[in-house]
Amino acid sequence: MSVTPDDVKRMAKLSRLGVEESELPALVNELNGILQHMEELQSANLSGLDGDLDHLATPLRSDDFHADVLHRSVGDFAPSMRNGFFLVPRLTTHDSEGATSVGGSNSE
Amino acid sequence: MSDLQAQAPLSVPDSLRNHTLSKAWQRFDSNDVSELNAFLCVARNSLHESSEGPLAGVPVAVKDNIATLELPTTCASKILEGYVSPFEATAVRKLREAGAVVIGKTNMDEFAMGSSTENSAFGPTLNPLDRERVPGGSSGGSAAAVASGVVRIALGSETGGSVRQPAAFCGIVGIKPTYGRVSRYGLVAYASSLDNVGVFGASVAEAAVGLQVISGYDERDSTSANTAVSSMLSSSHASSALPLKGLVIGKPREYFPDHLDQRISALCDRALEHMQNLGATVREVSLPSTPLAVPVYYIIAPAEASSNLSRYDGVRFGRRAVEHGLQQMYEHSRSAGFGREVTRRILLGTYVLSAGYYDAYYRRAQAVRSLITHEFNQVFSSGIDLLFTPTTPTTAFRLGEKTNSYDMYLSDIFTVTANLAGIPAMSQPIGLVDGLPVGGQFLAPKFAEPTMLGAAAALEHSLGSSSGSAI
Repeated sequence: MSVTPDDVKRMAKLSRLGVEESELPALVNELNGILQHMEELQSANLSGLDGDLDHLATPLRSDDFHADVLHRSVGDFAPSMRNGFFLVPRLTTHDSEGATSVGGSNSE
Repeated sequence: MSDLQAQAPLSVPDSLRNHTLSKAWQRFDSNDVSELNAFLCVARNSLHESSEGPLAGVPVAVKDNIATLELPTTCASKILEGYVSPFEATAVRKLREAGAVVIGKTNMDEFAMGSSTENSAFGPTLNPLDRERVPGGSSGGSAAAVASGVVRIALGSETGGSVRQPAAFCGIVGIKPTYGRVSRYGLVAYASSLDNVGVFGASVAEAAVGLQVISGYDERDSTSANTAVSSMLSSSHASSALPLKGLVIGKPREYFPDHLDQRISALCDRALEHMQNLGATVREVSLPSTPLAVPVYYIIAPAEASSNLSRYDGVRFGRRAVEHGLQQMYEHSRSAGFGREVTRRILLGTYVLSAGYYDAYYRRAQAVRSLITHEFNQVFSSGIDLLFTPTTPTTAFRLGEKTNSYDMYLSDIFTVTANLAGIPAMSQPIGLVDGLPVGGQFLAPKFAEPTMLGAAAALEHSLGSSSGSAI
């Protein structure tokens, strides 16, 4: 299996990473260089295992845990807030609707 | 009753107890130390948190991916530059409650992704023993802080060897505990099933003290082990002529491949001879899936990282790029905030989890991880108490030497297995090659830290100055 430039673009989109076109060739080479070593895993003999991987799952606890009180308020480090809500740019599909993200506290 | 009072008695060596804040700053201010770039920030006006406690007034350093209340926690990344955490890591709280004073946050590879501390957004850290070489990574700053004598103990983190490898490169002791032994609450997540808070020490005894202080159950961490913390280092065998009598140590042949530097191999054999002279029995064993560990790690870790690092989106905290639309804000905040290696691993992790590749890569890697764990269990069930191996295949390499990603990843070849299996492991200096320190690694069954540290202390005493320790 070999990574293509379209794969990298798709992965960048999924992971919300902005990747320039000029970066694609190097990233494709680097990822393929790493992934070629992963083919070794196909040679592993797993016959001795039960096949059940559930024991690897992170243990869960009941949903009755109370988080620690924060030592500083969220507003101290949030990029932009208004009335206790995090302010973000509007989706470009909603340009003409609702309030803007300009005018929140701590905004850049 | 504090956590510490509930635990086993703690024996603090004089070398640690007597290392004062003034000594730490005196060392830090000497010209040769400040140039190392071991610290990203320091707290000059740290007061004694408490005049009581077994570590009263002892200066400690903390890796910058472990949350502290007064100093920033940046993970050596621009995306968290200036960020001060609103909560404190359990490991840091326990050190403070023991009287220790956090004097600074140490440099690291960005988000703990790296093996040299060259991936820091704030410049690399230099190896105190040879400034043209790396201190190792990702906890290179903490390793350098101990090796340069500023502190005697420091916290680091381990996901694939990021405490043990820099300990080996810097000639000091580094411990990775059993997964779950030390709370991960406040450790910024890289790969949650592999991450551990680890400890560096100028000696085995000092590292053992640090580990005992920070160990214990924490309800804030759902993976925390509800297992009592015993004394990490017993002194009961210290005066015995054969302190390792009855101990069976395995030498796994896969950690001594033909292409391993024979000088490193010879130092490991010398260490094993010392342990035999102390009463231990040495047996050759096999862990056949060892060569698959690096591919397994570099599928699972990036996969988990791609999820863990999705929180850095400029919405609630951290760097935000000012953009017209939400999607652009996400993408530009992240691409401007993350470095090259982090970007590469997020892309890799997203790929191996994506539709069409999940079974071939991620699920396969998890299955092989089970195989690796199974092989350790089989060996430890066969009468082997500990394993002994080289920590790294080479001594510290030069800054800028490793330009190929996978070549860098291979420096973790002997360390990643312990993280995959969740078992404790540690590195200690066992000699020099071309004047550079070599680390010997113990691996132990889960929660067998006391056995491991006991053997390590005996070996350290037996090797004496021939260990090549930096301190």
